[in-house]
Parts: sequence; C-alpha cells; structure tokens
Amino acid sequence: MNTGFDVERIRKDFPILSRGLPGGRPLVYLDSGNSAQKPTSVIETMREHLSSHYANVGRAMHTLGAESTEAYEAARDKVAAFIGAPSRDEIVFTKNASEALNLVAYAFGNPMSEDPRFRIGPGDEIVISEMEHHSNIVPWQLLARRTGVTLRWFSVTDDGRLDLSDLDELVTERTKIVSIVHQSNVLGTVNPVAEVLARARRVGALMMLDASQSVPHKPVDVAALGVDFLAFTGHKAAGPSGIGVLWGRGELLEAMPPFLGGGEMIEAVWMDRSTYAPAPHKFEAGTPPIVEAVGLGAAVDYLSGIGMDAIARHEREITGHALDALGEVPGLRVIGPENLDDRGGTVSFTLEGIHPHDVGQILDDAFGVAVRVGHHCARPLHLRFGIPATTRASFYLYTTPAEIDALVRGLHHVRKVFA
Amino acid sequence: MIAESMYQELILEHYKHPQGRGLREPYDAEVHHVNPTCGDEITMRVKLGDGGKVEDMSYDGQGCSISQAAASVLYELTAGSTVEETLAVVEEFTRLMQGRGKVEADEEVLGDAVAFAGVARFPARVKCALLAWMAYKDAVVRSAR
Repeated sequence: MNTGFDVERIRKDFPILSRGLPGGRPLVYLDSGNSAQKPTSVIETMREHLSSHYANVGRAMHTLGAESTEAYEAARDKVAAFIGAPSRDEIVFTKNASEALNLVAYAFGNPMSEDPRFRIGPGDEIVISEMEHHSNIVPWQLLARRTGVTLRWFSVTDDGRLDLSDLDELVTERTKIVSIVHQSNVLGTVNPVAEVLARARRVGALMMLDASQSVPHKPVDVAALGVDFLAFTGHKAAGPSGIGVLWGRGELLEAMPPFLGGGEMIEAVWMDRSTYAPAPHKFEAGTPPIVEAVGLGAAVDYLSGIGMDAIARHEREITGHALDALGEVPGLRVIGPENLDDRGGTVSFTLEGIHPHDVGQILDDAFGVAVRVGHHCARPLHLRFGIPATTRASFYLYTTPAEIDALVRGLHHVRKVFA
Repeated sequence: MIAESMYQELILEHYKHPQGRGLREPYDAEVHHVNPTCGDEITMRVKLGDGGKVEDMSYDGQGCSISQAAASVLYELTAGSTVEETLAVVEEFTRLMQGRGKVEADEEVLGDAVAFAGVARFPARVKCALLAWMAYKDAVVRSAR
C-alpha cells in the first residue's frame, strides 16, 4: 500500500542521520525512545530565534521582548493543538516529563491544597504500575513518605501487559489518583486507558498518564482520552531537551498550589505573602526554557506536517519487521508483547548468556548500531522479569527496515564473539 | 574493530569460567557494591590470616563480561598473596583504568589484569572493570578493623 510515506525523504530532514562513525561505520540509530534526533526545521527555528528574536519573555517591554514572548506563547498554542487540549492555558511548560509528574504529586497532601481531591493522608492510596519509568514511581514514593499515603501498583503479566485482573480491588474509594504510563518505555505496551479510567471515575479518583513514549509516536488527544493529567517531554518528540509539558484540566490546575516559587509565577508580592498568577504561569517560575519551547513548537509543526497517523503506521510496519526478524535470532527473548496488538515501536530483549552491556558495545563497535542497554530507568519491571537488564531497540519515523536488518546481523555477530 | 580488542581472550575465558566464585565462610567482612548506572552488582567477602595474608576472597554477583571477569582475575591475584601486595596491584589497576587509555600498563605489577588495558578507552565501561576491585579495597579495610 502506498501511504505516501517516504522514509528516505524524511531521513534527509534529519542531518545527523547522514553522519558516519569513526572507522567508516554508518550510523544506525535505534535509540529514539531514549532521545529522538532533530529535524532541520527544529534546529533552524531555534537558531533563528536566538539570532533574531531572543529576549526574556513575559516581562520585557521592548520589541525583542514582545517577539520572544509571542514565539514562546505560540509554542504553547501549537502544543495545545497537537494534543487536543481544550484550552491553551492547560499547557504548562516544564523542564521535562519528570518535572511534570513531580508537579502533580506535589499538589497532593499539600497544606495549600484546599480542594478535597488533593487532600491526602494515611488510609488514602495512590495507584501506579510495575511497568513505570522511575519518573512515575519515585515522585509518588516521595509523596507517600511525606504524607503516609499507601502506594499500590498494578502488576505486569508474563507477556508484558498491565494485569487488570484485580482492577476493582486495587482502585477503590481509597484511591486518590491512578498514574500509569500510556506506552511502556521498555515493553512497548500501550495500556488500556479507558478501562482503568472507567474504574477511577467510579471511585472518584483522578487519573494521570505518563505519555512520554506515546505523544511522539501516534495521535494523542487528551480530550478523547478523558484523563485529568498528561505528561510528556520534548526531546523524545524530535524537539530539544530541557522542555517538557504538563497538560492538566483547567479547573484542577486552578485548584493546585504552585510548585516552584519565583519570578513570573506571581500576581503580587508583599514581604510576608504573595498571590499567584493563573495557570499556566503559576507553574512556570523563573525564566523558562524559551528557545527550547520555541523548538518544541517547531517539532510538533514538523510531526503534524508528516501526520501522526502516517508516523504511527510507519512505526507499526517497522515494529512488525523487527519482531519477525528478532524472532529468528537463537537465544533471543523479547520482553514484552510479541505481537502488534496495542504495542508501539520499542522492542526490548535478552540474549541468552550474554549481558546487554556486552551486546550494546559490540553492536555499536562492529555495526554502528546505537541501542540502549540496562534497566532503562525501569528497574522494578526488570526485577519482575527476573533480569538485571535488557537491550532495547526503539524506532521512530526515520527508522528503516535496513536498520532493523543491521541490528539482526549485529546480534548474530555478538553471539559469535561470545560463543 | 576497537571494542572487540577490549574483549581479550583472557577476559572472555574468565567470564565463561569464573574462578573462586561463590560466597564462602568464614569471613571477616562482607561488602555489597553496585553500579547504579548499569545495575552490575557484587557481594564480596574477605578473610584475613596471619602475617597479612589474604586467606580467602569469595564473591558472587551479576553483570557484564568485564565486571565478572574482573572479579575472577582479582580472585586469582589475591590467592596466596598478602594484603599489602594486592593493594599495590589494586592501585596500579585503578591508575590504568582511570587513565583514559593514555596510561602505559605495568605488566610486572598487573599480571593477568593487564588484559583489561583496552577497557580504559571506554569511559562507560571503566566502572564495570573497577566494581570488584573497589569492593575488595572496601572489604579489606573493613576486615582490618
């Protein structure tokens, strides 16, 4: 089927993909789940902002200040449209997804939170899952330590799915918030949001999604999802690092206390007290990552121009090819779903008798194949599978079948070295 | 290929057939060291004897070929040696590993451990090679207390 998706043309948009590695090796970049590469439009937009429009935002009353503010706020509009946010004021720029998750966790059990939905203490519960990135585990552990609330979690099935068999026992009237990953950064699993959300709504709990691995790869519409909060990061979505996004329902953001205090998040300040700006500025203390936000705006423009449906389709084809090809490597075990149902373009695996660090080193050295090795900031998930680490190949709109084949050739070679 | 030269025959041999592996009694001190960036870990026990001798060094752990082979090579080094002798080698090994590949290895002092010289050129792997050796240094200090 001709979908009009020309991966070779897309690769030309990413200058780094045409560089080589020392020793004449081509670069085979299969680590986009870690951080994605950047198209020329993002690089040029950031360069252009720095060279022609840069000044601080929100406070400078001069031409450059106005231009810079306009570009920064235009990025907010673009991001809002990209994820279907009902209002631009529901888009909070953060440093990364971790900060977005911490910001929400900080609202709970905070003496400044008067809304009962954020009041929390011993006897209340927070529900996460065993497949979370550390950034959706540790902030809730910290909250539990501060407030005495109980942290509970969904387990993961042997084939890498969220185990919903005890959904009703896990998510109860005691639950204040359910915070789970939309698409696992290790397993590739896309979680059944609607089913979990329905239960959360029945018991009056809020729901948050860590969408760091879904927003860059497929159409995500927060209104259609129906959750309360969603976090993602710019650098995995072809944008720069240093910029992340928290989307939250407007009335919840209004009810939440500030996270960091400082410039630009205030309305008025006296020596003994302050009043705060409305969201999103209430949560954006200090000079924000201006150029990074502008770069993220360019990134979502770029992705929208290609089309998120087309990107998702391409990654699905690549993932299907990868699962087939990897299945042919002796001793290779995929950790996660082995079919394409509700699964994204991230494939983690073990190679019998060979440690992932050795796998990664030889793949890079012999074939220029860049993968991630280790626990991928999801140590509890690896403990659950009884393994210390995995090798992870993660794909994006610029990944080609030939790159998957290079990975597979590399793995055969690794097996030879350690035979 | 640069990295394959790092995987010396001797390293692969020790990885496939680790020497002295498994925790044993008795011991004076036990330490547990981890490399948080990659999850490699080692538990090590040291038993000191008369005249500054290392009576036994036993260990168990998990990790890549470099970290596991380094523990095995270290075991062979400690067998029948004194603490003073082994610490001199630990010092030379550390100097080599932290030398970013620009330090000439002293084979006289290092013995088999010289096989790890290539690892020094891969900053991400230096910690793997040093894991067991740092654990040993720690265990010896605790044993002497």
